Amino acid sequence: MLSRRVFLKNGAFAFVSLGFAPSFMARTAIAASGRSKQLIAIFQRGAVDGLSVIVPHGESEYYRARPSIAIPRPNGGDGAAIDLDGFFGFHPRLQPLKPLWDARQLAIVHACGSPDSTRSHFDAQDYMESATPGVKSTADGWLNRYLQSQHADHATPFRAVALTPQLPRMLQGTAPALAVSQLTQFGIRAGQSSEAVGASFEAEYAAAADAVLSGTGREAFNAIKMLKTTDPSKYQPANGADYPRSAFGQSLRQIAQLTKSDVGLEVAFADVGGWDTHVNQGAGQGQLAGRLDDFARSIAALVTDLGDRMADVVVLTMSEFGRAVKENGNRGTDHGHGNAMMVIGGGVRGGHVYGRWPGLAVEKRYDSRDLAVTTDFRDVFGEIVTKHLGLKESRQVFPGYQISEARFPGLFA
Amino acid sequence: MKSLVTLVVAILALSPAAATFPKDDSAIVHVLSRTGFGPRPGDLERVRTQGIQRYIDEQLRPERLSDAPMASRLAGLTTIGLSSRQIAEQYELPQIQARQQKKANANNNDTASSDAKQPPDPLQQRANNVMAELSEQKLLRAVYSERQLQEVLTDFWFNHFNVDARKGADRFMLTEYERDVIRPRVLGKFRDLLGATAKSPAMLFYLDNWMSADPNGPHAPENANRPRVVRGPFGGRVLMPPAPRPQAQGKNAPRGLNENYGRELMELHTIGVDGGYTQKDVTEVARAFTGWTIERPRQGGGFEFNPRIHDLGQKVVLSHVIKAGGGESDGEQVLDILAKHPSTATFIATKLARRFVSDTPPPALVERVAARFRETDGDLREVTRAILTSPEFLSKDAYGAKVKTPFEFVASALRATGADVQDARPLVREVQQLGMPLYMCQPPTGYKDTGDAWVNTGALVSRMNLALRLASGQVKGTWVDPSTDVRLAGDVSETTRATIARATDPAKMMALTLGAPEFQRR
Repeated sequence: MLSRRVFLKNGAFAFVSLGFAPSFMARTAIAASGRSKQLIAIFQRGAVDGLSVIVPHGESEYYRARPSIAIPRPNGGDGAAIDLDGFFGFHPRLQPLKPLWDARQLAIVHACGSPDSTRSHFDAQDYMESATPGVKSTADGWLNRYLQSQHADHATPFRAVALTPQLPRMLQGTAPALAVSQLTQFGIRAGQSSEAVGASFEAEYAAAADAVLSGTGREAFNAIKMLKTTDPSKYQPANGADYPRSAFGQSLRQIAQLTKSDVGLEVAFADVGGWDTHVNQGAGQGQLAGRLDDFARSIAALVTDLGDRMADVVVLTMSEFGRAVKENGNRGTDHGHGNAMMVIGGGVRGGHVYGRWPGLAVEKRYDSRDLAVTTDFRDVFGEIVTKHLGLKESRQVFPGYQISEARFPGLFA
Repeated sequence: MKSLVTLVVAILALSPAAATFPKDDSAIVHVLSRTGFGPRPGDLERVRTQGIQRYIDEQLRPERLSDAPMASRLAGLTTIGLSSRQIAEQYELPQIQARQQKKANANNNDTASSDAKQPPDPLQQRANNVMAELSEQKLLRAVYSERQLQEVLTDFWFNHFNVDARKGADRFMLTEYERDVIRPRVLGKFRDLLGATAKSPAMLFYLDNWMSADPNGPHAPENANRPRVVRGPFGGRVLMPPAPRPQAQGKNAPRGLNENYGRELMELHTIGVDGGYTQKDVTEVARAFTGWTIERPRQGGGFEFNPRIHDLGQKVVLSHVIKAGGGESDGEQVLDILAKHPSTATFIATKLARRFVSDTPPPALVERVAARFRETDGDLREVTRAILTSPEFLSKDAYGAKVKTPFEFVASALRATGADVQDARPLVREVQQLGMPLYMCQPPTGYKDTGDAWVNTGALVSRMNLALRLASGQVKGTWVDPSTDVRLAGDVSETTRATIARATDPAKMMALTLGAPEFQRR
């Protein structure tokens, strides 16, 4: 209890001094006995430059290839990388996430990506969301196939929620999933008569002979009522969590709110753009730094807000591909291949960079230009789905791919 | 007289499943909801007078139907008549030039760009008009065109040969693709439609065939000294240097065979995933199509066959041998093989029957329609007619069997209310909010044509809210008279009737009608 109070008062930094949080451990114990697990998937659309986010500062090739935009070595003054393990470092604007690394709740998988060679944002996002690289005709997304495969006894309409205007490809499919960009907007909106009109519609759907529409209508009105009891307009983040006012920050704030309302949220999705830095990418400051600032502060706020619930939560970040090793003629970077993912949560074996590092020397690069991929992204997804979400049989989730524990990065014990 | 009797008997014998056309109102509403986007006020009475059979015959001959009021509805949309080349010149080129200018400036600028959000780029917004107008056009046609079946079929066949506008240059190619490739052929021969999509820059770009090349190439040109005709892309003075030929384009240079089109051509366009092809066939088809490329992809160029990247060897596709050295005709031969393949007839018959009859169409109907496809060498007018005149289509079991897609929901609501749409753009956004962004279906499968894809909690709540906004005049640019009598078709529950009757004002009555479960089906 003491640790929790310290946490409340000082935010995530309290963990550093204690090494780990005992309350997290308590939650983990509950989880082992069948508590529901949760995944928050975050898509960085536009291909973030993983080499500036998780900086291989131990590679001199990195500095040779990027004379104007490399993140300086740790202790290199203003805008320098924050050392993680002597070889890799955080971009300086990832400082808000450093306490999670230190508390071993944040893991990184580097040189991770797709076996497909495409450098098209469109196709690469498609493949990452369908989890069938090279196959375009897959109708549904891998997260939806997870929902289809994992039987849920008391699934609520909030089992899978995307804080986006449309359902992302990843969540499309036959399993129910909800796309809602503003929780306060979810409901029947007819001004002063909203309640009466809502009741009328509810009656129509309840009486429908049409089983499909009647069932879904009932779910919809249950969801509206469920949400109403949580009163989204009055939500106050806990533990002093301070969300940026950005769209991304507000998405994560709403995810935390749904999580804490105990409305049955199992899979949540948010996306964040602005990573396609072909021109004037910047280094410790600049364009990319600004995006990372919002990114890191939003995730840190989410983790702080969820507090000891993080024991049951995994936050996964991904982006369709990385960017070329060498900077281009516009102080930016062009489309590349391998990238870094982050996996955050109480049950994660954090404080470690996973995956074999292929090196940045020209002959080690993919096509002599990009960071090579040594971990197939499906091995990361597969480990989370089986080890964290507890899916016994994942074959249906990853069609055409043999999920094998031997290839898991080892993110979970 | 005797010969006439014989003829009648012969016709009856030839078409054992020929239907007698029902005359009741619910049958008429059913036909109007399937061959079109639902009845407008007055449509029921009109079809009652002429009869269902004549109505269907008319719809199968859209070119004979006058559609003048439609043209005036579309008059304000300036880009929908432009060619891809014109669109590229007027919308894409200024953007590319601005980007180059920006890059040049960036190089001369020592300070990194700020973290602040960039203001919206006016050229980008102008370019966005192309897609916005195309979407407005689609919605306006669905609501106002007299050629309802043609619009339903255009929607169907575009979706069958789906191309997503968000894939790079495709957003400037879809105007021409739908107008010149799809719509004129929806009642023609399947082979023509297939061939036109295969050669369309939109498809060549979307499924990457334009950059598919023989890994052993490029081959020496037949006559290296023959001068290549280089047209100035914009006539007269050329602002940009002519784009390099595809095989020379940096990161997108064809590095080898790309199987995307070959695979989807079989799996999605013709014989279907269970049509009996192997991975070897996919590779062979892809080899046959090497060299089918785009003259100038970023400048609205047309189809071009480039022999230098074409695989010259023999190909074997579904046991048919395509002899070496066929050049461009290799691809045509593949299309012939696939269009004639019996699995294609079944696959197309299944999809059309699913669209017009039910999510799980009766196998006997599918088999008859597939037979019609084979007998008529894929004559889509006859294939469509076979469905629309079948007893299965006209059966009461089919009434209301389909859940409306978001697009069908919006179009049918506008028709049912007799809405006057002065600006369709807000409605296009509504369709997007309902989960069906027009021309932006990412996978080449197209949008699903079964109810499960469209019935979910979020979508239902959104439909009810749109019904409320539409009926109370809150959708900008669309005027609806709330006192219009909107009739629900089919079996309507007592509760729905009573709920609507109890509503306190006409706008709420209309909203409770359009948002009712009964209105979500067609």
